[in-house]
Amino acid sequence: MTATVATARQDTAQRARRWRHSGIVPPWWFAVPAVLVYAVVVLYPSIAGAGSAFTDWSGIGASRSFVGVDNFKQLVRDSQALGALRNTLLLTVAIVVVQNALGLLLALGVHTGIKSKMLLRLVFFAPVVVSPVMVSFLWKYVYNPAPDAGLNAALGAVGLGGLRQDWLGNPSLALWSVAFTVIWQCAGYSMVIFLAGLEGVPAELHESAMVDGAGTIARFRHITWPLLAPAVTINVMLSTVGGLTLFTQIIAMTNGGPGYATDTLSTVLYKQAFVYGKFGYSTAVALVLAIFVAAVTFVQIGYLRSRETSA
Amino acid sequence: MKYRPRTFALELVMIAVAVGFLFPVYVLVTLAFKDPAQIANKPLSVPSPPSFGNFGEAWRSAGLGSALLNSTVITVVSVLLLIALGSLAAYFLARTATRLSYSLYILFLVGIILPFQLGMIPLYQFVDNAGLLGTYQGMILFYTGIQLPFTVFLYTGFIRSLPADYTNAALIDGATHLQAFAHVIFPLLRPITGTVLILNAVQIWNDFFTPLLYLGGSGHETVPVRVFGFVNQYTSNYGLVAAGLVLAALPILALFLVLQRYVIKGFASGLKG
Repeated sequence: MTATVATARQDTAQRARRWRHSGIVPPWWFAVPAVLVYAVVVLYPSIAGAGSAFTDWSGIGASRSFVGVDNFKQLVRDSQALGALRNTLLLTVAIVVVQNALGLLLALGVHTGIKSKMLLRLVFFAPVVVSPVMVSFLWKYVYNPAPDAGLNAALGAVGLGGLRQDWLGNPSLALWSVAFTVIWQCAGYSMVIFLAGLEGVPAELHESAMVDGAGTIARFRHITWPLLAPAVTINVMLSTVGGLTLFTQIIAMTNGGPGYATDTLSTVLYKQAFVYGKFGYSTAVALVLAIFVAAVTFVQIGYLRSRETSA
Repeated sequence: MKYRPRTFALELVMIAVAVGFLFPVYVLVTLAFKDPAQIANKPLSVPSPPSFGNFGEAWRSAGLGSALLNSTVITVVSVLLLIALGSLAAYFLARTATRLSYSLYILFLVGIILPFQLGMIPLYQFVDNAGLLGTYQGMILFYTGIQLPFTVFLYTGFIRSLPADYTNAALIDGATHLQAFAHVIFPLLRPITGTVLILNAVQIWNDFFTPLLYLGGSGHETVPVRVFGFVNQYTSNYGLVAAGLVLAALPILALFLVLQRYVIKGFASGLKG
């Protein structure tokens, strides 16, 4: 985003200079309604939230006093919060890698001469527009632990009965089952972003490389992949933020269980606030989450943008 | 591109992938048409004879009719406000180069990566104090604020790419700034307004966390919140739950099929800025 911001600054300056020559400057009050709403809904509450992370605030209307970094000290000793941090990172890595790999394969598959490509795009994209709550409940049934229901029944039907699992009830499996639900829903999103990137790859490049005798894999590595860099940036950033803030799917499928096996930072801060009434501690967890998201976003933008310009 | 044997093989592979991909949907839809005896005996079969009783009962017990109305009101009003406030602010930000407009733009960008969880509790308290818990207004205020950074970002990027000379004539004609914006600039923004509309509408329609907090138990619950309550109440009545999920997902899927080109284009281009 730093690069974007820098070019944005130049761009604005240039255009605005031209604009002033034309004698017209939009009045400042055009921005007032948006700034007011943004301040009330996002800025003020975020600053207040960051502030209350250093208090012992314990509920609506309760008094609060400053306790320094006590909440953070508690956090590093809290095995549920640390487990949630670990789960959040594992989920994020799994989602970013698998969802984007699948999305890329799907995009490459439908960006060809096959006759069903428009229909297949619709099929793979459709889950993206459905509420995550509903997709989670759909998969909760598919993951039914009974041997004769959902996925287990299908495994039995194709002679793979030995692979039947308690998909959401087994603590070492549940996290990956949840991750797969997210991947199933969002792979189509990655696909359409990659497709937009693929459509920008000039066909002549492929044709001349084919004349030079380059095979499919060589052409992908040296032509397609470098030109997909902007699509990779967008996809990785979107799926990373989605993974780090994952909440709905957990609440709908496992509620953080079994035990704490699928708790994430978002579910922990939600439970701390609205189940245990520990508002101060909850906002401390939220602050850690915010810092994670900001740090990861900046590192990714720096790295992925440099890849884009070098490509 | 020529259709070769290799293309045919790829076609078969992709169709097989799609069939596997749709397996959960098959399970859900067939489940919805089965009575409990069929579910117990033939969990994966095609329902024969199909029973339709689950649908009527699910519609009533989940209260889907009023949930659809609630979701529609909240989504439509929020998206209209986002378009109005976002395009006006972005027009100012994109067309002035003062320290103020630059700082404001950066301030909006910060909002894109700021997780809303950070302000969740203070905002909840504010909405509660303002007497807006359980109301449409509370949700509309929330969505307008939370989606503004992204909306302003999209509009600002688009307006910067437009040539600058359009409002001259209108202003010389004696129109006010607002009239010039509404009649000259805003119509030029149509492509990005389409993207803004689609991305915000899908996001708001499907949102769960905040409406659960603000609307739970109020009678104004949106579709995802109603479905959440309904499924948790009838957990083990699989046919009924499946029918409820099918009904709740149908409106947005139908809309998606009608507007498929625009929706996919909106999602694919949304973040390029």
